[in-house]
Amino acid sequence: MTWTNVVIQGILIGGFYALFACGLSLMFGVLKVINLAHGDIAVVAAYVAVFVTPRVHLPEVWAFLVVVPLFGLIGYIVQRTLIQKSIDRDPFTTLLVTFGLSVIIENLLLEIYSANGQVVNIGSLISRSWHPATIVYISYVSLSVLGVAVLVLAFLQLFLSRTGLGRLIRAVADDREAAQLSGANYRHVFGIAAAIAFATVALAGIAYGMMTQFAPTSGGVNLLFAFEAVVIGGIGSLWGTLVGGVALGVAQQIGAHINPQYQVLAGNLLFLLVLAIRPQGLFGKKTALA
Amino acid sequence: MSTSSEVTIGRNGTVRVRRTLRSPLYTLISAPIVIGLLSIAPWVLPAQLSTTLTNFYILVIMATMWNLLAGYAGMVSIGQQAFVGLGAYATLYFALKGINPFVTIPLSVLVCALIAVPVNYLLFRLRGGYFSIATWVVADTAMIVIGTVAILGGGTGRLMPGLQNLSPTQTAHFSYLAAWLVALAVVVGTSLLLRSRLGLVLSSIRDNEVAARSSGANVRAARRTVFIIAAAGCGAAGAVLTISQPFVQPTSVFSLQWAAEMLFVSMIGGLGTVEGPIIGSIIFFALQQSLQQQGAWYLIIFGSVAVVVALWQPRGIWGAIRDRFHVEIVPVGHWVESSAPPRRWPRRRSAHEPTVPSESPDA
Amino acid sequence: MNGALLEVRNLTVHHGQLKAVDDVSFTLNDGEVLAIIGANGAGKSTLLRTIAGLHRATSGTIAVDGKDLSKMSPHRRVQTGISLVPEGRRLFESMTLEENLLVGAYHARKGPFTIERIYELFDWMPERRRQRAWQLSGGEQQAVSIGRALVANPRILLLDELSLGLAPIVIERIYTLVPDIVANGVSILIVEQDVAQGVAMADRVHCLLEGRTSLTGVPADLTSEQIDHAYFGAELSHRPPPEAVDP
Repeated sequence: MTWTNVVIQGILIGGFYALFACGLSLMFGVLKVINLAHGDIAVVAAYVAVFVTPRVHLPEVWAFLVVVPLFGLIGYIVQRTLIQKSIDRDPFTTLLVTFGLSVIIENLLLEIYSANGQVVNIGSLISRSWHPATIVYISYVSLSVLGVAVLVLAFLQLFLSRTGLGRLIRAVADDREAAQLSGANYRHVFGIAAAIAFATVALAGIAYGMMTQFAPTSGGVNLLFAFEAVVIGGIGSLWGTLVGGVALGVAQQIGAHINPQYQVLAGNLLFLLVLAIRPQGLFGKKTALA
Repeated sequence: MSTSSEVTIGRNGTVRVRRTLRSPLYTLISAPIVIGLLSIAPWVLPAQLSTTLTNFYILVIMATMWNLLAGYAGMVSIGQQAFVGLGAYATLYFALKGINPFVTIPLSVLVCALIAVPVNYLLFRLRGGYFSIATWVVADTAMIVIGTVAILGGGTGRLMPGLQNLSPTQTAHFSYLAAWLVALAVVVGTSLLLRSRLGLVLSSIRDNEVAARSSGANVRAARRTVFIIAAAGCGAAGAVLTISQPFVQPTSVFSLQWAAEMLFVSMIGGLGTVEGPIIGSIIFFALQQSLQQQGAWYLIIFGSVAVVVALWQPRGIWGAIRDRFHVEIVPVGHWVESSAPPRRWPRRRSAHEPTVPSESPDA
Repeated sequence: MNGALLEVRNLTVHHGQLKAVDDVSFTLNDGEVLAIIGANGAGKSTLLRTIAGLHRATSGTIAVDGKDLSKMSPHRRVQTGISLVPEGRRLFESMTLEENLLVGAYHARKGPFTIERIYELFDWMPERRRQRAWQLSGGEQQAVSIGRALVANPRILLLDELSLGLAPIVIERIYTLVPDIVANGVSILIVEQDVAQGVAMADRVHCLLEGRTSLTGVPADLTSEQIDHAYFGAELSHRPPPEAVDP
């Protein structure tokens, strides 16, 4: 593996991180909520794809067609009930509640499906890859995931900037009260934002299951990466999240290249470095900071 | 005399501030009895129960520290396991150097407190949920870094030296005593802290941060101090943990499970009270013992209860009891009394209520 | 129905333990401009915010066309025809001028105020429509804020402290719009600290002092002395200085 390959692999995984993270970024930007169960929702989606969709005679590779909209709906409902209730109390409660949900979900999955690794079956696609040069391997799966990530982010960006509902979401994010005064039902807008977050992270979860093995605890580790991607790229910017994801991915691959044990550590160190030097991230506004 | 949150002082009335609700005599009499009983426990109780009590003490230490961080200083940390792990490994390190394991406890506490200082400066750049996840990143990083150090056992872990000379029963007894003494020190220390000036600042932050700041309280400094204390306390828990379960492994001492337990226990027991973490720990162990065969179900149930408590009864069990019945086992509050006659509709609230929700829609 | 568009009766609103609005009653009729004046902290903004639904009243009623609004959330009150231009402009900072108006138009009722109409009212807007809200001056932001509220086609427009932080000439320019707005079928409730401005604009005046009504009437019938008294709550009489004490 040469350095070019390292960077390419980093970019590929970075796309995945960005897809995973955009929902986290959206929920924080609009609802001002950090959903600590964000990663676990992705894992649940992957389990649904593997264990539930075959029951309705749908091949796993097409599971996302059903699972993504389903999770969008679930997100809306969970937001309007549980999360809204905790928002009404204080930010403290939302952290505690989402953390509690995370632990509950992980342990439930552990009880039901055991700790064994699972994979989303995509047939022969998994081993196929592209050789643009002798030492560069780009797996079809990773490339498609990157493509999907960019598409989803572009679509989301367009939605937010061009449509009426997207404008409402941005308005509520800017000034909730003023948005109410303009006739917006902010709870409904929150629900839409949560629905988008759940749907995108469900897609990311299924993608994850296609790329590698997943287990009940996979949510936690990916939440960490998603969060790091958002902070590195900048809180409040969708394209920043993409850049952050890629930066994280590349850092991790470089770390892994030096010593496999250093993969996650390299990412953590980059995160801590950004925190120390430029806390608002590469493209961020100085909002969430002390 | 009446104790209520709104005190009407007539022209000739006076106000007194009391530090304890009922005569301190109750505590003075009952405390030594309880302490005495618990101290001789390992020689009296079956070994299994002793071990359970040891783990109970460790949880009480961690929960008390987390409660100090979150319930008083308002910082939700899901990374305290960093210091549990660092405390454990510090103990291992000192033991490898030939120091008596029990002497390593205060040393580990010191190490954790020292590490907490730079970590604190880094973390305080973030607020709210971002602070929380950042604490987790720190814990994760600590785990990975320790895992690369070969002499400490690397990723697979290693056995604590220095305890091989003792028989298993002796080890169990001594680790019980260590856990018990540290837990006692932590709870008493926390109570004294809350009775101090810093404690007053913390209680005011707990109740209303903005008001605390405008009253001149140095919120930032108080928070820093609490962060370091909590790190030290969790380090002590980690040290005791290592002594009681001599095989030290990164994934177990740095496990996120500790964070979950600290959080759930404090939440259910009662955030912002000293008794809360203790009560929560009792419930936790009771549940764990009774559901032992069912794998992770006790955690699922406990977690669900914590979520329910957070949404519907955020003051927790002890918080509810305290507010309703005006009792306090550990005297850390301030109770205002006047000589005016009781109000027509007596408001049964304590003088220091937990956060009152603000009237305006956006907090 | 006795014809009053907006009827506020015995309204009391608390801010925590403070009684911000104390037993206030008034009506706003169709096509009227009512000015609520009072010193800082007199409860005027709280009153408007409660009518708009952002605060819950402790007691009393707010009725539009006879229908009680007390249980209605703010966004639904917009549907009933109430639009508040909040204190401090409160534009959506990250969005452009046009986007701010578009947000106001998203849940708009039917009526004469379209975005084109707003651009006619404020002829400087069309060429600045793509500028971000934070790039506009104070007066321009105030205009956009009014435009955003108008575009919802309200029947009752609530204006909260328009003149705060603006230069006098800018304030005047904004207030010249008021007759135009009224001519389009909108009744206006203005809250002002600037007494002269408030009295000049209004058909009727309602003065608040520490949350309570201290004076109501038609501007023509009120003397400036009466208004001062109601505004400040004390007799502004001249007393000789206290005698120096002999050593």
